Amino acid sequence: MTHSHSHRDPACLEVFARLSEYIDGELPGADCAGIESHVADCPPCVEFIRSLKRCVEVSKGFHSAEDCPPVPPEMEQKLRAAWQAALTRKR
Amino acid sequence: MEWARRLLAGDASAFTPFVESFQHRIFQYTWLMCGQREDAEEVSQDTLLKIFESFDQLQDPEKVKAWVFRIAKNYCLMKRRKSVFAPERELSLDELLPGAEGESTRTIQVPDSGELPDEQVLRSELSGELEQALRELPEIYRSVVLLRDVEGLSTAETAGVLDLSEDAVKQRLHRGRLALRKRLAAYLGSAGKELTP
Repeated sequence: MTHSHSHRDPACLEVFARLSEYIDGELPGADCAGIESHVADCPPCVEFIRSLKRCVEVSKGFHSAEDCPPVPPEMEQKLRAAWQAALTRKR
Repeated sequence: MEWARRLLAGDASAFTPFVESFQHRIFQYTWLMCGQREDAEEVSQDTLLKIFESFDQLQDPEKVKAWVFRIAKNYCLMKRRKSVFAPERELSLDELLPGAEGESTRTIQVPDSGELPDEQVLRSELSGELEQALRELPEIYRSVVLLRDVEGLSTAETAGVLDLSEDAVKQRLHRGRLALRKRLAAYLGSAGKELTP
């Protein structure tokens, strides 16, 4: 397979600009088919989309290494009191 | 959502599970938005307090997550206004194109199947790189990526939290993702494809 188009072509730039919508399933079927047809013979584009999808998957499972501090007991009391006051206002 | 529904109904047994389900998420968001641990601790506590103080204003428990992050976003903005910060820079699509200048061509070496890769170490390394990449992302993109991809809000919910149009959310999300992909290219190549978060 050969690299059949330039990534600077307007058509390619248009595809490039909508790849997240494509990955998120937010593009109409015809537009998806257009993207798939556009990249079908371009291994670098296929690899680019694969790495972008991979990046999104990793972000979706992300947990910071920074430890979350526990809620101090006095703060918990404040939170419970605030909740009770809010419920009282609601009734 | 279930804990929020029960708290609205006055069920005290839902209090601790509700706090536990949100405190890590809120802290992670404020940490990545504020950049300083001290600020993140203060903002996440302010956010929790505001949540409970205004619990009677939660109209729909189904939308509790977007409601919580809207409060967190507002406190992050208030904290940000008090501090010195660098001006935001728009990322152009040109600089994020495949093969654009600055993209790492380094690949992470994963051992062959004979010597089982220490997947935990690789996952941890990737997660650390992602955290650094998120922190370096300009704020206008970081806020969208955190809400859409890390927290899983919909485009419409993210637009509501950030007071943006859905089109602006989509555009910022795309540029933010492209910038992260570029930064993490070495980890996302074929050598790293077996890694899972």
